[in-house]
Amino acid sequence: MFKPSHFAAVVLFALFASVVFGITMRETPRRMLHYGIYCFVLFVGSAVALSWVMFFIAR
Amino acid sequence: MATAQNNNAATRQGKEQESRQGFVYLPLLVGWLVPGAGHFLLRKWGRGAFLSASIVGMFAVGLAMQGMLFTGVHQILDVLGLAGDLGNGLLYVAAQLLGLGADQVRVTTADYGTRFIVVAGLLNVIAAVDAHNLRTGRKS
Repeated sequence: MFKPSHFAAVVLFALFASVVFGITMRETPRRMLHYGIYCFVLFVGSAVALSWVMFFIAR
Repeated sequence: MATAQNNNAATRQGKEQESRQGFVYLPLLVGWLVPGAGHFLLRKWGRGAFLSASIVGMFAVGLAMQGMLFTGVHQILDVLGLAGDLGNGLLYVAAQLLGLGADQVRVTTADYGTRFIVVAGLLNVIAAVDAHNLRTGRKS
C-alpha cells in the first residue's frame, strides 16, 4: 500500500490536476505551461496557508 | 494584401467545413473511454501523452493508496462519487473486473485515494470535452 505524507499527497494531486488544467484551459504551449505552474502554486500554496490557519485555530 | 486576406478566409472556411465532416463526437467518446485517446485521434500527440499520463497516474495512485471504487448508490452522496468514477471510462471498468480498489475506507490515506480516483474521472471528462472542442474548431 502506498502511504504518502499529507504534503506529498497534496503535491501529487496538484501536479496531476495542474497538467490537465494547463493543457485544457489554454491554447499555446507557452501559455499552457504558465497556467499549469500558476495552478500548481495556487493548489500547494492554498493548502499550506489553510493548514497554518487550522494549526492556529486548533491551539 | 486583399489577396492574402481572401486566401486566409478561404483556408479558414475550408478548415471549418472539414471540421463539420464526420462524427464530431468521436474524440469526445474515445477520449472518455481511454484517457488522452481523443487527442491522439486528432494527432495532438504531446497533449494526449501528458493528459494520459496525468489521468492514468492519478487513477493508479488512488488505487495504490487503497482508494475505494463506488459500485452502487447506498447514500445519496454516493451518486456524486459514482458519477466521478464513471468519468474514468474503461479504466473504471477494468479496475472493477480486476477487483482493484478497497471495499471499505479504513485509513486516511484510503480516503485520499478515493478522492484521487473520483478527481481523475472528472479531469478525464474535462480532457474529453477539450478534444471535442479541438474537433469542432472551437479551440486550436
